[in-house]
Amino acid sequence: MSVDSALVHRIAHLSRIKVEETEVARLGKELSAILAFVEELNAVDVSGVEPLTSVLPMKMKWRADIVNDGGKAEDVLANAPEREDQYFVVPKVIE
Amino acid sequence: MSDPTHLTLSEARDALRAKTLSATELVEAHIAAIERAGLLNCYVTKTPELARAAAKESDARLAKGDARPLEGLPLGIKDLYCTQGVRTTAGSRILDGFTPHYESTVSGNLKRDGASMLGKLNLDEFAMGSSNETSAFGPVVSPWRRKKDGGVDDAKIVPGGSSGGSSAAVAARLCLGATATDTGGSIRQPAAFTGTVGIKPTYGRCSRWGIVAFASSLDQAGPITRSVRDAAIMLRSMAGHDPKDTTCVDAPVPDYEKAIGASIKGRRIGVPKEYRLDGLSAEIAGLWDQGVQWLKDAGAEIVEISLPHTRHALPAYYIIAPAEASSNLARYDGVRYGLREKGRDITDMYEKTRAKGFGAEVRRRVMIGTYVLSAGYYDAYYVRAQKIRSLIKRDFDVAFEAGVDAVLTPATPSPAFAMGEKGAADPVEMYLNDVFTVTVNMAGLPGLALPAGLSANGLPLGLQLIGKPFDEETLFALGAAIEAAAPKIELPDAWWAQ
Repeated sequence: MSVDSALVHRIAHLSRIKVEETEVARLGKELSAILAFVEELNAVDVSGVEPLTSVLPMKMKWRADIVNDGGKAEDVLANAPEREDQYFVVPKVIE
Repeated sequence: MSDPTHLTLSEARDALRAKTLSATELVEAHIAAIERAGLLNCYVTKTPELARAAAKESDARLAKGDARPLEGLPLGIKDLYCTQGVRTTAGSRILDGFTPHYESTVSGNLKRDGASMLGKLNLDEFAMGSSNETSAFGPVVSPWRRKKDGGVDDAKIVPGGSSGGSSAAVAARLCLGATATDTGGSIRQPAAFTGTVGIKPTYGRCSRWGIVAFASSLDQAGPITRSVRDAAIMLRSMAGHDPKDTTCVDAPVPDYEKAIGASIKGRRIGVPKEYRLDGLSAEIAGLWDQGVQWLKDAGAEIVEISLPHTRHALPAYYIIAPAEASSNLARYDGVRYGLREKGRDITDMYEKTRAKGFGAEVRRRVMIGTYVLSAGYYDAYYVRAQKIRSLIKRDFDVAFEAGVDAVLTPATPSPAFAMGEKGAADPVEMYLNDVFTVTVNMAGLPGLALPAGLSANGLPLGLQLIGKPFDEETLFALGAAIEAAAPKIELPDAWWAQ
């Protein structure tokens, strides 16, 4: 499986990572190498095998449906790159 | 008394209780050692004032005979653990300026038990790497150097990764022990590379809450220390139930230290034939045989076992781990914390922020993960890899059901290498470092790496013990037996001291 420049751009956009034109060829090569490395898995017989969803058989714990934490707006906002009152500020999304 | 940084964690604990040493003396000796070791680049953030204040409290408690289990013991904390009021970076530029308002459960447990923090330890960016060369804060230099023509090679050696700051700091005596994390080998491989002891406990033994997430179904916290006993002492404090992590198991934590020195007579040790890789170096094969002999001499019974799906573990890992990482790292978007780059609209802001904030290896893995989870590929890659993970786990289940108590393997396929020597042309070359450790994460099992010898060029080599789920005690007992039999690895003198 070879990753061409169109696919590099598509993956980069899905990942929300800006890629410079000068990086595309190298990234295509690196991603191709990784995909080639995992290619051998196609030869493994997995018929009748369930995908692993939990490494240990464990019953998920339940807890009462009550608020047990919160009310910490200042803590939550303290690291925001940009804020206004109790809101995070982002570039305009809706015209 | 001689230099207290040369004590093991357990020796320091005993000296504090015997009052032949004060917590303040112990902390000051470490602060001074760290100040001289800038060249190794182990600490991303130093917190001497926090350590001094904690030592003062510890001395007061020790004087009253009110010591907690880790009273007065200074540790280093991998900078993947969120620490309240202390900058946390994950080795990445994208968390620029981030200071958590909360403490990770595991670092909090260590504090609760009286340990102090000397600072935050360097690591591969988001714990993605096997050599600590991907950190945004620069690579960590191992205290070890290669021998060459009867002298010393100047080449800087990597301390392994991703917990390279942890392993180097422990080996260089810049803390008594360190926290680390392990997703595919990030505790055990750096421990093996630096002549230290590292244990990745069973998945669910330690809380993941407050530890920056890489691949949530594989990540586990554990210690790196200078002896098996020290690892047992630290793990006991780190482990335990936490309602804030639903995958964290609600089961009592044993006193692991009691397992040190326990008889291993009659224990059945599996030696997996699939780990004899084609091209396995004679040096590593010899070390493994030697380990088998030590366990036999201590009364263990050795059986050959088969783990037929071993060879698929690493490729399957390189689907599952990037997939989970791409999902976990979606949160770094420049909105709530960390770096933000201005953009013409919100998508442009996301893309520019993430391009600038993530380093090359992280970008690669996020992109691979995004691809294997994207529409049309999910079943072919991710679901298939999770099925193979079931097969890998089943291999171990079969061996344990047949009466095997633990498995012995090499920890790494080679000794440490020099900076820039691996992975520059092909990222997969670096990934192969984890070939012996990654199966353990895939199956959720505990794994202990410990030093067992030196390579021809004078670098440490490690063995790995793999145990049954939640049977860390057996690993500590077996590890202590190997430690007692193996030649003592003398840690390097402080050639780096400035």
